[in-house]
Order: sequence, then C-alpha cells, then structure tokens
Amino acid sequence: MAALEEEFTLSSVVLSAGPEGLLGVEQSDKTDQFLVTDSGRTVILYKVSDQKPLGSWSVKQGQIITCPAVCNFQTGEYVVVHDNKVLRIWNNEDVNLDKVFKATLSAEVYRILSVQGTEPLVLFKEGAVRGLEALLADPQQKIETVISDEEVIKWTKFFVVFRHPVLIFITEKHGNYFAYVQMFNSRILTKYTLLLGQDENSVIKSFTASVDRKFISLMSLSSDGCIYETLIPIRPADPEKNQSLVKSLLLKAVVSGNARNGVALTALDQDHVAVLGSPLAASKECLSVWNIKFQTLQTSKELPQGTSGQLWYYGEHLFMLHGKSLTVIPYKCEVSSLAGALGKLKHSQDPGTHVVSHFVNWETPQGCGLGFQNSEQSRRILRRRKIEVSLQPEVPPSKQLLSTIMKDSEKHIEVEVRKFLALKQTPDFHTVIGDTVTGLLESLCPDLMEIALKKKDVQLLQLCLQQFPDIPESVTCACLKIFLSIGDDSLQETDVNMESVFDYSINSVHDEKMEEQTEILQNGFNPEEDKCNNCDQELNKKPQDETKESTSCPVVQKRAALLNAILHSAYSETFLLPHLKDIPAQHITLFLKYLYFLYLKCSENATMTLPGIHPPTLNQIMDWICLLLDANFTVVVMMPEAKRLLINLYKLVKSQISVYSELNKIEVSFRELQKLNQEKNNRGLYSIEVLELF
Amino acid sequence: MGEFKVHRVRFFNYVPSGIRCVAYNNQSNRLAVSRTDGTVEIYNLSANYFQEKFFPGHESRATEALCWAEGQRLFSAGLNGEIMEYDLQALNIKYAMDAFGGPIWSMAASPSGSQLLVGCEDGSVKLFQITPDKIQFERNFDRQKSRILSLSWHPSGTHIAAGSIDYISVFDVKSGSAVHKMIVDRQYMGVSKRKCIVWGVAFLSDGTIISVDSAGKVQFWDSATGTLVKSHLIANADVQSIAVADQEDSFVVGTAEGTVFHFQLVPVTSNSSEKQWVRTKPFQHHTHDVRTVAHSPTALISGGTDTHLVFRPLMEKVEVKNYDAALRKITFPHRCLISCSKKRQLLLFQFAHHLELWRLGSTVATGKNGDTLPLSKNADHLLHLKTKGPENIICSCISPCGSWIAYSTVSRFFLYRLNYEHDNISLKRVSKMPAFLRSALQILFSEDSTKLFVASNQGALHIVQLSGGSFKHLHAFQPQSVEAMCLLAVSPDGNWLAASGTSAGVHVYNVKQLKLHCTVPAYNFPVTAMAIAPNTNNLVIAHSDQQVFEYSIPDKQYTDWSRTVQKQGFHHLWLQRDTPITHISFHPKRPMHILLHDAYMFCIIDKSLPLPNDKTLLYNPFPPTNESDVIRRRTAHAFKISKIYKPLLFMDLLDERTLVAVERPLDDIIAQLPPPIKKKKFGT
Repeated sequence: MAALEEEFTLSSVVLSAGPEGLLGVEQSDKTDQFLVTDSGRTVILYKVSDQKPLGSWSVKQGQIITCPAVCNFQTGEYVVVHDNKVLRIWNNEDVNLDKVFKATLSAEVYRILSVQGTEPLVLFKEGAVRGLEALLADPQQKIETVISDEEVIKWTKFFVVFRHPVLIFITEKHGNYFAYVQMFNSRILTKYTLLLGQDENSVIKSFTASVDRKFISLMSLSSDGCIYETLIPIRPADPEKNQSLVKSLLLKAVVSGNARNGVALTALDQDHVAVLGSPLAASKECLSVWNIKFQTLQTSKELPQGTSGQLWYYGEHLFMLHGKSLTVIPYKCEVSSLAGALGKLKHSQDPGTHVVSHFVNWETPQGCGLGFQNSEQSRRILRRRKIEVSLQPEVPPSKQLLSTIMKDSEKHIEVEVRKFLALKQTPDFHTVIGDTVTGLLESLCPDLMEIALKKKDVQLLQLCLQQFPDIPESVTCACLKIFLSIGDDSLQETDVNMESVFDYSINSVHDEKMEEQTEILQNGFNPEEDKCNNCDQELNKKPQDETKESTSCPVVQKRAALLNAILHSAYSETFLLPHLKDIPAQHITLFLKYLYFLYLKCSENATMTLPGIHPPTLNQIMDWICLLLDANFTVVVMMPEAKRLLINLYKLVKSQISVYSELNKIEVSFRELQKLNQEKNNRGLYSIEVLELF
Repeated sequence: MGEFKVHRVRFFNYVPSGIRCVAYNNQSNRLAVSRTDGTVEIYNLSANYFQEKFFPGHESRATEALCWAEGQRLFSAGLNGEIMEYDLQALNIKYAMDAFGGPIWSMAASPSGSQLLVGCEDGSVKLFQITPDKIQFERNFDRQKSRILSLSWHPSGTHIAAGSIDYISVFDVKSGSAVHKMIVDRQYMGVSKRKCIVWGVAFLSDGTIISVDSAGKVQFWDSATGTLVKSHLIANADVQSIAVADQEDSFVVGTAEGTVFHFQLVPVTSNSSEKQWVRTKPFQHHTHDVRTVAHSPTALISGGTDTHLVFRPLMEKVEVKNYDAALRKITFPHRCLISCSKKRQLLLFQFAHHLELWRLGSTVATGKNGDTLPLSKNADHLLHLKTKGPENIICSCISPCGSWIAYSTVSRFFLYRLNYEHDNISLKRVSKMPAFLRSALQILFSEDSTKLFVASNQGALHIVQLSGGSFKHLHAFQPQSVEAMCLLAVSPDGNWLAASGTSAGVHVYNVKQLKLHCTVPAYNFPVTAMAIAPNTNNLVIAHSDQQVFEYSIPDKQYTDWSRTVQKQGFHHLWLQRDTPITHISFHPKRPMHILLHDAYMFCIIDKSLPLPNDKTLLYNPFPPTNESDVIRRRTAHAFKISKIYKPLLFMDLLDERTLVAVERPLDDIIAQLPPPIKKKKFGT
C-alpha cells in the first residue's frame, strides 16, 4: 500500500529559488546525499537523514549556474555548468568553485545526465549528445545541430537498459511535440512525432518516464489535467523514418488544468505516480499518489504554502519546494501481505505451481479461424489473460500488423492497433480489422467498435460481438439498436456470418405437430386454477393466422444471425437494463417476437436445443425475454400490436409451468425408484454370496 | 482363479472405544493413544502408522491423561487417582501409584522429562520426581479451589499454567505458589453460562499462555501481567483440546463439534518480523467431540468420541508429495479379534468384556458371480461368554475342531471345553490352571487341536497338551529377549512354531525336539501377520511396510519366490495401501496360493503366475470378456485382489470352495455411538 510519510524540510536556510524554482535535485554517489542546485549561484550537498547540508559551493558573483550539478558516479566528482558553456568539475575537498577544473565548451549545454553505472552524458541545446570523457578530451570540438530551428528541448531523461545507455528528450515546436530516442552505444537517434489526438490545443505540462524491457513508457501531464501514456519502443523498427506515436489516456483529471501554479508528475514505480498540483482550480496544492493500474488515489498531502511545480523522486524520497524551503516527503510502498491478513502464509517455493506467463506463445496458436470461433470458451475468463490470433495469408498491411501482433506483448499490440486506427482508413480496412480482431480484446481497441457503430457496419459489429469477450453493455445495446433498426435492403448487401442461424422453413411440417402437442399439454393444465378465465378462453380459440405467425421467423435470416450474436454476447444484467430502455417500442416487440419464435423452436425437441452449428441456448433466450420485459414492460403493455404477443407468451409460460409441475411429480416417483435400488445393495447381517476371482 | 461361496458376515457387533488421550513422542516418532475403556495403544508412525503394541483396558481405569517422560517412558493417570507407568518391552503395567488427590484430571511431564506434574480433583497440583525405576512424590503446590483440568509447563521449567474451572493459575515451580490467577469469562455469546471449564492450556516460551475452554474460546494470556491479550471465539460448543508444535509456530485445537482448527504464527506483513497468531485451517474429520489432539512436526493428530484416530499431514511441512502426505484415518485395531473353527464352521468374536460364538449358516443352492444364494440355514448365535472381573480380554482363540475356547485377561487365563450334542452345546471350564499361565498375549491351537500354544507376557512360550478335557503342560521355551511375543503361527503338521515380537526377528521352534530351530533375520518393520504353509512349511511373513516374505523353515532361508519378489519389488499400489495385513491363510489343495487381507481388500497370491510390474493394472475387478485367452494370460498376474468386502476384519478359507468374510460397516458403528452435538443445517 502506497503511503506518504511525515514531511520534513531539509534546512532552514532559504534557498535563492527564482520564480522558476530550483534548478535541480540530483543524487550523489552516496545514498542519502543529494545535490541541490538553486537557480542562482549555489550548489548544496544535503544529507537527508541528518536534515542538514554537508557542503555548499557557489560560483562567482556575475556568473550563473545554468545546468543542475550532477555527480559523476564513476569518479565521485561533481559536474556543473555555469553561463551555458563553462563546465566545472570538483569534489568534496574543494572549497572554491573558481579554483576547480574548468572547461569551456563550444556550444550551450542543456543538461548533464548522470546515472549509476555509466559515464555522464552532456546534452546540448541543439540536441547533440556527448560522453563527458570524450568531451573533456577536446572541449572545443564542434557540436552538431540535431534539432531544427525554433525547436526547444523541454524535458530529458537518461536510462540504462541492459547496460546500454538510452537517452530520451522531448522537444516542442509550435505546439507540436517530438520525442528523440538516442541509443548512445549504437549512436542511433530516432525521432518520433507525438500525436496529441483530438484535443489539439492541449499543452503538455510535465513529463516522466519509466522503462521496461522493450518500451519507454512516457507519461505526460496535459493542461487538461489528464495523464497520458505513450509507449516508445527502445529499439525502433525503422530508425530512418519519421514515426508517430499515439498517446492513451491513463488517468482522467488528476489536477485542475487551469491552475495558476505549475504541475508536476513523476513515476514512483510500475503502478504508482506522484502528481503535484491543485486538484481543483481554487484549492490548495496537493501531492497525490495515484495507482495507475487500479486508477485509484492512494494518498495525498496538502501543501498549503504552494510549490514551484517541481518534483524529484530518488530512492524513497520525494523532493519539492514547499514555500521557500526544500521539503522531503518519504514515500513507502510496502507490499501488504494478503496472506497475513487472511492467515495463509504462502509457501515461498511451491513446486506444484508455476507462474502463468503473461505472454502468449505465438508459435502455437491455440485457436484458429472458425475453429476458434466455435470453441465454447468462457469469454469473461479470457479477459486480459490470453490473446489468440489466427494467421491467414493476407494483404501486406494487415500482414504487417498481424505479424507485429503475433510477435509482441500485449502492450505493444495495443500500441500498434492504436496507431493503425489513428491513421487514415485504408481501402482494405475491413479485411485487416476482420483478421486482426480475432482474438483481441475490446479494451485493447475501444475505438474500433465506436467507428463500426458510427458507420453501421453490422458485419464488423457481428465479428466484434463474436470475438471480444469484454464489450461494455452500452455498446452491446447500441449494436442491438442498429441490428433491429437497419433496413432489410441494406442487410441484403452485407456479408454476415450465418452459422448461428438454421433455416427454420425446412421443417415446417414438424411445426404442425408441435402445435398439436401444445394443445395436448394444455389438457394437463387445470383451468380452474386460472384467475384470468376469459383471457384463457380467448387464448384457447387459436386463430389460424397466429399459428402461422409463430411458425415463421419474424425476421430475415441475416438479421437473425446478427441478433444471435447479441444473444451470445456476455453481459451483466445491472448494466444492461438501463440501456435496454432506450430501444424504441416497435423494435422491442420485434425482438420479443423473434425470441418467442426461438423459444417455440427450442421446445420442439426433448433436449430443448436449437438446430445449427452455434445456436443460442435456451437459457440465453429466456434471459433475454426476461430482460426485455423487465426493461420495457410498461411500454410494451400499452402497445396494441404487442398485445397478442404478450398473451401468447403468457399462455406459453403458463402451459410450461404446468408441464414442469407434472414433471416434478414424475421425478418424485423416480426418486423412490432410486431408493429401492439402494436398498437392494444394502444387505442384511448375513448372506452367502458367490464370488469369482479372475 | 476360481469360484467361491462367501459367507458374508456383518453381525460382529464390534464398536471401538472412543479415544481419550493421545501423546506424541518426537524421539521415537511413536504415538500413544488411550481409549475410554482404559486401553492404551502405541502406534509407530515410522512403520507406516502400525499399531505395534497395546495394553488392555480395565473398567475402573479411565485414563484422563497420558504423557511421555524421561525419553521414552510412558505414564498415564486417571479417575481412579493412580499414576501408572507402562513397560513397553514386556507389554504390562510396571506399577500404579496413588497420588492421594482424588481423581486425576491432568498430567504433564517437565520439559527436561525428569518431573511429572498431576492435577487432581481436590484442586491440588502434585509434583513427582521420576526415578530410574519409579516415581517419587516430591511436593504439593498451593491448593486451588476446584479441580485442575489442564496443566502445561513453561519450556524453561520455571513456571506452570494450570487450567481449572473459571480460572487459570500460574505457579512458580520453585516456591509452589500461585503467581497469577486469570479469570476466564463465563459469557458465551452474551449468555452467562454456569461455569467455564478450561479444558486445555499451553505455556509458550515467550510467556504467552493459550487456553481453550467450554465457552468455545481460544484465548491468549500474558503470564507476566496476568492479562488477556486476545480471544478467538471458534465454536458454539466446548473447545476440548490443544497441542502446540515444538517450534511454537503452530498449534491445533479440537472442538466438541468435531472440528479441528489449525492456528499458525504468521507475519503481519510479508518480510516483517512482527508475527501474530492466525486461525488458518479448519478440518472436519470427526463427527463427535475431538477429545484430544497432538502436533507432530509434520501432522496434526486428533481423536475423539467417534473412535477414529486421524492424521492430517501439514502440506507445507511435507517435503515430498508422496503417499505419506495423505490423510489417514485409523478406526480398527491392527490385530485379529476373530478366530474360526473350520471343521464346525464356527466364528469366535472377541469383545472387550465378552466372547461370542456363532455358527455359520448354509445353503444348497449354487449361482454365478455376484449372486446372493438363498439360505437353507441361517447363522446361529451359540454362546455369549462374559468375563469375570473388570479387565479387558487380551486375546482369544477357538480350536480348529471347535471343542476348545481359550482367552486371557491381564491376570487370568481361561480354557473351556465345548461339547456339542445335536443342537445343544455345553461349556465346561478347565480349572486349575497352572500359575505360569496367568496371562497370555497370544493363544493358538495346533491344527489337530491337540496342542495349545501360549505366549505369556513374561516372554516365555508354553506348549500344553490337550486330550479329552484334560490338560498337561509339555514345555516352555524361555524368552530369547526381554521383548514380549505377540504373534504366533504353527505349521499344519504341528512340527513348527513361529513367534514374533514387535521389533526383533521371528523365532522358529521345533515342537517335536522342543528347541529353537532358527531365527528369521530381523527386518526394519514390525511383523503384522504370519502363517506357515502346509506341506512346504514355508513361513509367510507380512510386515507393516507391506512387504511379504516367504521363508523356508526346513531350509532356513528365504524361498526363491520370495527372492524374486524382492528383486522385482511389489507393485507401487500394493505398497501404498494404508492398512496392514492382519491375517494370512492357505488353500488346502493349492500350495501355490497365499490368501491375505487388510481392512480394505483381500488378495490371493498365485505364486505360479508372473508378478505385476508398475505398468500392469494391479486391481482389475472386471472379468475378462470376449478377449482371447492369449491376452488374458498375458495380463494375468499373481495378485488376485477383491475389494468387495470392506471394512474387512477377518477372512479365511473354510474349505476349498468356501470363504468367510467378516465385515464391520462404519455406518453400523456410528449408529451405536452417542449422538453428536446437533448442528443446525440449512433446510433441516
């Protein structure tokens, strides 16, 4: 559970923080000691546990530090740049910064970046990068220009990934943002354009990044107060090409967008981010810790004296300027032991269990094409667990996407699909989506069904309903609306999968028999118990046309196939019901008619199943009848054209109940039979039996 | 293999006594169990949980407490006010000593094992010093108001906790005075009960006292301050027993509802050193009161009124997930309570205080496999022989001819002569038993019923000549070791007598020459059953690890078949059976066949057929159908197993084509137990 502990200020000494706040807080080679560079002339080394400074160094009057001091972890020396071009290197013993090593460079330095285990890098304002050692060997060497005019570096971060230094920096030009990823060893520089999406006029206020295996996860806090995530591959597929990156919403409205003060964001660990800013426009500033996995606010702390909108996080300490003093808030995220709470101590090494891999082995696709579609897997369970895909020889663009999907992790797929959807729609869009969608999750590409709904693309919607195990109920209902309202003629043109529909007109002869049967069943029912005598009488006079009505399918086959897809989809009643109320009454009636028809078909055989490859089950039909009636009963009851249908349904239900009560009686008799059987096995105290051994 | 008529007998109305105490000995990995009738049994957990020893019960000796002290010395105390020590070699009671405090309710050995503490009815706690061959009263602790129902030593031996009615006292051992008195809440779910009985206490090394009481609570007390630290309400009925693991990281309690709860000391959060007691696992293996529990390093052991002894292995403590990790429920004794007269088709049933003699019925009908034949004559209850005195019967036997019945209690040996005249039988006791035949551990008649073999509890084997109602002592083989003999086997020709103790090897005596013939090499596991085959005089021995050996007495060596079996090894399923073989017999006409059984199967081993390997199907209940003889011959193996009759207490061949099987269905036992605490179940 993430928690912020009691804050403390590092020193009573007022730092000469300018309007921009501090220049930086950096780690030193000793844990617990940090270099703080103010925006004027001073660098102070603090020991956090003692809450006091260990050393302080200043540049001469008239000079100004332009780049925060860092520690060269390989030598233990400190490096700082003042007046943009003058580099100073010193160590703890030095007293006066004027007397220490000095090197004047040929270009202006943006920042010096240093992390444990590698030499510091110097990032110049023009985007060029040099190792410190190489730079010191020839300080006056020519520094090339990497970024274009008017492009300004906004933020940078330095990682070591598998012992390879990787540098990322973000630039801005006329409201457009670009990300540069520099593999320092291989000297590959890749440029990405950050697509801002619909909200074009938002400004990114703060960046933070974390790295895992293949991606740099770049999180940005926009002026709309939301946190977005952008995944940047570390090893680009095609370094030459200018590639674009799509961001996805991670957390909504964590801070007020139009706050006066600055906002800051920093990633704490895989699941937590710290956000500095005002939650509401008028409120005081807060430091909040959010869990991005569960989208929950874990803890927050009010900072009434205001901050500079800067936040640094090292080890277990969050640094910020609170009022005029540097404040440290320790952050702890202890693994809370569910085992402890529940009293079950997990055995550390249980040989019987193994970790289920999050990544799918694409070499052996579990399902393939139609075969997969038929498989009766519980779709809810599949959520975020497996991604299955079938590979079919396809046209190049889809093939490319498919191969990406097959090779990569869930996260990467998400990136690719987003990118694909963000691009302009290609002519073969449908085919590609059709192939891609097999085995994906709705939550991976929420825009897909939205587009399909907008375009009334029933074919794609059917495909999605069949393949996605996690469609929100609102979307399911929107699909249902389209399926019920779309015209027959426009249905004619579509190519809908018909496997769930059986041609019911074939066995119409059988239907006649069925009708007779229901009459016989009626005889088993005692009309005296009936409280609605005259309606029953009316019902008993079975008009000829009604028989016809119930035996012929009320919808065309293609529509039936679409409705079957709805019947098969997973849903939760609570979430579905409110949406069902929005469907027009005549469509409800139509759907009810169809369900009634299916129910009659079901009752035709003893197993209560429908013919066909993948028909709706009796339970699905019953559930949907109940749902529809629950949601729209008052509406349907008032409709004259629905009256007959409702009466028929009522009659059917009644007759079925009487049948089942009869069945109940039979069951009791059979139970007695079973008891008799048991008694036969239970012998007395003594018997002589024959036994043959083989 | 052949067709048999099976007399399927279910009228053996045997009900085991409820379990009162269990005591686990870590040193020898043995478990002592005492039952409500005073019987004490010793289970060797290393030898496949075999019940290797038992001490017969006594009506006036209700054992209330059982403990090991001084390493492997076993003590019990009971409501007759006596403390007893058991001689585990000679299988008798070494001495009984009155504590002079009225009925004894509790007993605990000091952590060093040199002192014994008993809690008495009169509220006294008495300390005894354990001397090498006896115990000696040392002193009394401060007398309490009411009876002391539970006792526990602090592991350092300086303090003890004593549970009484409504309170727990902490005593200083040196001064003998009560340091603290902690009052237990009588309230039970808001209702004040009359009394709160502290059924069990456990003193941990950190000073925590855990108590269990009749209000269904498990409570943790701080012995330094005498305050209640934590309370768990775990049952609607009494919590009757508690046992703590040696490491003090887990303990187990048993309730009157038949539930056993496991508590463990678990870190509050992972990686934190702060730990708390958490109720982790409930087990419901009993239907009645769990009167007693024990905690071995790897298992929870529980026993109670429903007579089952249950071993529940702790999966996290079990290294290898083999058959030892399975739950074990022991219900029936691992010895034979039934003997049979083949000639007269009689069965003699041994109960705690009486014997029953039954004559089997008959039929003239024939049938095919599985048929129940109509009876032309039903089974008859011929005789009900009650013992005199309060002692339980140790062993009994009926002679093959049916004319003699012998049984023994701890102090007396009885021999009866039976006369059959048409349907009447008359019984005549053979009087004037010689003094040395005071008590027997095992009795056996020779095949021709002319000789009686008695294994006395002094270790000697007596041979008695029987002729027409008279009685003559022929010889006594003097003991080979201090260990008592508890299994006997005689060859059908009457020449050889085999005797086995619990651990040393099997001794074979020549009855004609009256001398020791040979000793079968000792084996690691105790003998559970043995018999000598007709004609060949091969001695077949079954051990508790399910190994079966065949030893040729004339050749004084293992037979070739036995060597082959050992070389190839038994089928793994055979070795995984969890009840021991309790009886072995032979087919009179088929020398290659050995019939043996345990509680859940009987097996005829056909030595002429190949042995099964682990790949073959050991147990195949279905007859070969439509298969050619070739396949049948290829799949046939030596072990012909039937699991039709279970739980099987006795099985023997009456003649070539007739078997008798005595079953004791568990439902019939449960029906005779007192009703359990009624629990409300949904819908009832």
